[in-house]
Amino acid sequence: MSTAVAEGKTWGGGNEPLKSSYGKMMMWFFIVSDALTFSGFLAAYGFSRFKFIDSWPIADEVFTHFPFLHGVDAPMYYVAFMTFVLIMSSVTMVLAVDAGHQMNKSKVTIYMFLTIIGGLIFVGSQAWEWNTFIKGDYGAIQTKGGNILQFVDAEGHRVAVRDFAVSDEHKDRTQHQSKNGLWFVDEGTLPAYTMDEVIHGLQANKDVLVRTQIINEEGEKTVLSRAESLNQVMKNGKLYVEGANLHVNEYGSPLFADFFFFITGFHGFHVFSGVLINIIIFFNVVLGTYERRGSYEMVEKVGLYWHFVDLVWVFVFTFFYLV
Amino acid sequence: MAHEHKLEIFRGLVKFKSNTQKIWGVLVFLTIVTVIEVALGIVKPESMMAKFLGMKILNWVFIILTIVKAYYITWDFMHMRDETKALQRMVVWTAIFLVLYLLFILLQEGGYVFDVYDNGYIKKDF
Repeated sequence: MSTAVAEGKTWGGGNEPLKSSYGKMMMWFFIVSDALTFSGFLAAYGFSRFKFIDSWPIADEVFTHFPFLHGVDAPMYYVAFMTFVLIMSSVTMVLAVDAGHQMNKSKVTIYMFLTIIGGLIFVGSQAWEWNTFIKGDYGAIQTKGGNILQFVDAEGHRVAVRDFAVSDEHKDRTQHQSKNGLWFVDEGTLPAYTMDEVIHGLQANKDVLVRTQIINEEGEKTVLSRAESLNQVMKNGKLYVEGANLHVNEYGSPLFADFFFFITGFHGFHVFSGVLINIIIFFNVVLGTYERRGSYEMVEKVGLYWHFVDLVWVFVFTFFYLV
Repeated sequence: MAHEHKLEIFRGLVKFKSNTQKIWGVLVFLTIVTVIEVALGIVKPESMMAKFLGMKILNWVFIILTIVKAYYITWDFMHMRDETKALQRMVVWTAIFLVLYLLFILLQEGGYVFDVYDNGYIKKDF
């Protein structure tokens, strides 16, 4: 073969060195860039965690709930369940791809349907997880320095503020609304308890102690002595917080809540759009679009995206719940 | 091309008869790994609390198990095993290089900021 012929072959077009279709390749490159986005978020989470390495919330003290099991301490079982749901829907997806290779329309339909159901269960579970996290559990006191003081009894079990705070019947402070005060100023909801109510409750209940965020050598949060507990709350306490949002977080550093909402939210958004794309593909399968096209490669491409969502969750699960 | 699958995992230790069978096999493996992770996370064995390279051994175990899971999801569910070497490397090496680079910078800096507060040069709690 002369060089001219070889060059014609190389530059004449139609070469496929990666032996992969354009669509699949581009999906792979999109996945790489999306993976880097997620890595950026998780690395930023790592940065903040290393910055507050001695006071970061302990995940299995934060996520302890399981639906329909109230008051049962079930750390991580729910996320483990969510992980399993997502892996399961990944399996039905790859089975759909496999059925597509065999041009088996009815099987692809069933497996796509199951994948969509799995995705919906996952998004629903995440909504429940968010709801529990936002509503909060025991309540805590935020100090002037922005630290969180939680309450425990003598045995170290958590105590909810609502169980010991003394409600003051004659609260003179009500929520300011623009209709009954300055019309150009607004105020958010007032905390359920004022500092005075919490302090009175703490004074009245001799066995309630304060637990700070500082992690001691045993890897547990430090519990203060009775005298020091009273001192901390009275001297530094500023605000009663219950639950978590982007400003305050009863479980510890507000950054923990910020990253939790942002990263699981961004992932949840991926799952949600994945479900939408799966639904579109599902209807195309049902209508026989790919049967006529003679190839189920579209199923393969959304499959890649769907597995990627699962892949990201595996990492989110590790870095938010396990490590 | 697309219909041929490599059916061995664990470097040929386990070979499946069909692609469907391989999928279920990988699912079983991933489930076992997840169960181990959750069990370790709940039990938190005392022996794994020692520090290694600035992190608890337990955390290293979690990270390694996660990467193992990621490998099997990519290689078998996403069929990376059946792609050409060039495509595999394009995707994996790019991501791994950039992620390691970013992690190094951010974690190093996070640790440094912690030290600055910890040594009392700057006060963060008033």
